[in-house]
Amino acid sequence: MLGTLLDFVIAAMLVTGGAFALLGSIGLAKFGDFYRRLHGPTKATTLGVGSALIASALWFSTRGAGVSLHELLITLFLVLTAPVSAQQLARAARRRDATARQDDAG
Amino acid sequence: MNRLLPWPLLSLVLWLTWLGLNNTVHPAHLALGAGIAVLLPLAIGRFLPELPRLGHPLVMLRLLVTVLGDIVVANLQVARRILGPESALKSAFVLVPLDLRHPLGIATLAGIVTLTPGTVSADLSDDGGSLLVHALHVDDEARLVRTIKQRYEAPLRAIFP
Repeated sequence: MLGTLLDFVIAAMLVTGGAFALLGSIGLAKFGDFYRRLHGPTKATTLGVGSALIASALWFSTRGAGVSLHELLITLFLVLTAPVSAQQLARAARRRDATARQDDAG
Repeated sequence: MNRLLPWPLLSLVLWLTWLGLNNTVHPAHLALGAGIAVLLPLAIGRFLPELPRLGHPLVMLRLLVTVLGDIVVANLQVARRILGPESALKSAFVLVPLDLRHPLGIATLAGIVTLTPGTVSADLSDDGGSLLVHALHVDDEARLVRTIKQRYEAPLRAIFP
């Protein structure tokens, strides 16, 4: 009984995670402007991956192998790296825009 | 103590990370992890900014809860905007003047701004005095600046004095 309930929770988390990852990708594919497109992937890495990680932690922690800590670390690494790559992309785009404007003016 | 462990907190985090990666408390891994936790900070220490005395664990906890909640709410808002027509979006670059001075504090703030969907930190001004934020949709720029400063910067100023 409890196991079935848990399976439902895990399945719901996986579907939620998948839905947000899909939405993030749609945003990346759909928008025309570079900076707008950045918003899609940052979403996918937060709630999308977050939901999948909670599902994974619940699944492996209840299968007898003891508490699973990998998900916590994955969260930590993602939270540390995702903003850095997004910011570097935005900076590169701004430099490119500035150069393009200079070329236009000169 | 201080010569061997100049960054005790960093060493502790590294040690726990090593044990977490291997998902074990086997004595061999305890020793190997401890070795890494001592040697790695010594090797990279020159590149680390000076760590402030981190206080206010309650403020940290409250900020963490705030950010986690905001991530969920903002995800739903951005999901609606992605599915809606692109012509309805009013995207803008917003300049957020910073009172926060510590580099690690500013890095944390930039990270939080990017992780809460709808806003991405794009750049930091050369003097480190303001953060350039790109908002997917913004109706009231002054309110966005106020929200970022009150919700995230104020607690960070208490954590990174």
